[in-house]
Amino acid sequence: MSAPLAIQLRGVVKRYGAITAVDRLDLDLPEGTCVGLLGPNGAGKSTTMKLLTAQAIADEGELSVLGFTLPRESKQARAECGVVPQLDNLDVTLTVEQNLVVFAYLYRLGRRERRPAVERALTIANLGDRRDTRVDRLSGGMRRRLLIARALVHRPRLVLLDEPTVGLDPQVRQELWALIDRLRSEGTSILMSTHYIEEAERLADSVTIMSHGSAVAMGPPRDLIVEHAGHEAVEVYGGPAKLAEVEAQAHAAGLATRRTGTSVAVLRLNGDAPEGERRPANLEDVFVLLTGERLE
Amino acid sequence: MSASNDDLDRLDTSIRAALRTRSGLVSVEAPRSARLRRLERPALLGVLMREMINFSSYWRSTTFSATVEPTIYLVAFGFGFGSLVSTVGGYDYVEFVGTGTVATAVLFSSAFAAMFGTFIKYKFQRTYDAVLAAPVDTEELVTAEVLWIATRAGVYGCVPLLVAMVFGLDPNAGMLLVPVFGFLAGFGWACFGILAAATATSIENFNYIISAVLTPLFLVAGTFFPLDQLPQWAQTLAQVNPLYHLVQLVRHAAFGFEGWSDLGHAGALLAFGVIMWRLAIWRMEQRLID
Repeated sequence: MSAPLAIQLRGVVKRYGAITAVDRLDLDLPEGTCVGLLGPNGAGKSTTMKLLTAQAIADEGELSVLGFTLPRESKQARAECGVVPQLDNLDVTLTVEQNLVVFAYLYRLGRRERRPAVERALTIANLGDRRDTRVDRLSGGMRRRLLIARALVHRPRLVLLDEPTVGLDPQVRQELWALIDRLRSEGTSILMSTHYIEEAERLADSVTIMSHGSAVAMGPPRDLIVEHAGHEAVEVYGGPAKLAEVEAQAHAAGLATRRTGTSVAVLRLNGDAPEGERRPANLEDVFVLLTGERLE
Repeated sequence: MSASNDDLDRLDTSIRAALRTRSGLVSVEAPRSARLRRLERPALLGVLMREMINFSSYWRSTTFSATVEPTIYLVAFGFGFGSLVSTVGGYDYVEFVGTGTVATAVLFSSAFAAMFGTFIKYKFQRTYDAVLAAPVDTEELVTAEVLWIATRAGVYGCVPLLVAMVFGLDPNAGMLLVPVFGFLAGFGWACFGILAAATATSIENFNYIISAVLTPLFLVAGTFFPLDQLPQWAQTLAQVNPLYHLVQLVRHAAFGFEGWSDLGHAGALLAFGVIMWRLAIWRMEQRLID
């Protein structure tokens, strides 16, 4: 336990009526790192994000953000956090610049700090030449960049990104990855929920996989892969009967498998691997192994 | 939109440049030691600034309807009824309606703005999610929204008075208090609107509130006809109608204050404001915080 923790959750429970959205969740985010929150829809990622800004109040457990205890000191914590929501909530009738100015006020920047902060955010979003454009005239990618830059206007110590690239073209996604990676290398703590496994693999120092409201695995992506899926996987293609047979044999030999739709991937290879295409094991294998092949 | 390598390079360079300046600026560590309290000025200012900057993009249409609507009422009733009745309760009918429609203008620019504006912001635009992720609490959010709407209502409330002056209403020093009365009533009505928006499950629900609550209150407020001709129950009902108290205050501001009874009217508006304010915050908190 060297670095101080930007986020520490212990035994956090959040219920909505009969549904337990977050179920005894533990989560650590050491300062200056990027933690990816991976999980299928309904695993509790968005609820966790809401708990961190006190837009949902936990029923049980302890939460601290940047050393502040939630929900009591959440306003102090929020002052030093930047939040990028999953759903775009920019003011669409305002210009790019006006959107940033509004947030410079909401995050309490002083009179002299506001102008440079807005300019800096414009540079981050690479929207300097669009400053006077109304948001409803921007492309989807530009809006996302603005949404991220808006969250950075006050130089937050911690940034919460909720599905930052959902629904975007691959090119735009790469552009945002560059932006997030730059932020991380600068020392900002980042919590990023995503269900794009590649996103977590590329950007996160550590990944927490959530299923049914709790963390089922955590660690650096590479370690998780080796631990849960092994170094290599073998993909076997064939008809349903063939795939079922491969599965049965693998299980008899103590190997793990997962269906990929058109094939069966045999994981945790130990020597007697079936014939098929070899490939390195990946985080998606771990994800499916731990969160189940079928979604309820 | 597709990003070429050039774009990515540019983005990269620009981020580098932006980050380089980071260490050069004063750090924002200050709030750490400062204890954060309820109803903080910076939080209220933040929400108010958001409203004001937004207002700059739609003030024309709002001002148009807030000005034209009461003017139409004034002209229609003033000349329509005015040709049948020349005086009401000792006042020229145009003067009677001119002072009365101040309340209409205040109601329209506060309750309606708050109802629709709040519903759109929290349900469709999700603006409040963004605001509450910043260091702003629901109490501050609601209070700042209401202060802004009430200020607008205070200003727009003066329009019918100015129009009535064109038609012969004599200016009076007491009228300088009309924006204050408009603000006070607008505060309560804005809170009422937020309470309605936080209770409604769809925008269609507002039909119930408009037909069953606002329209009767709007008519039984002494705006267009004096209440002393109405049955006793309607007069009693008027006593709990904030619009009635506003109408009385405005009329007395124009024609002469009546001491204690006006303090009573102001007290009623104040009580209405405070009760609605707490209710709006309570309901909005339930809606916004899970």
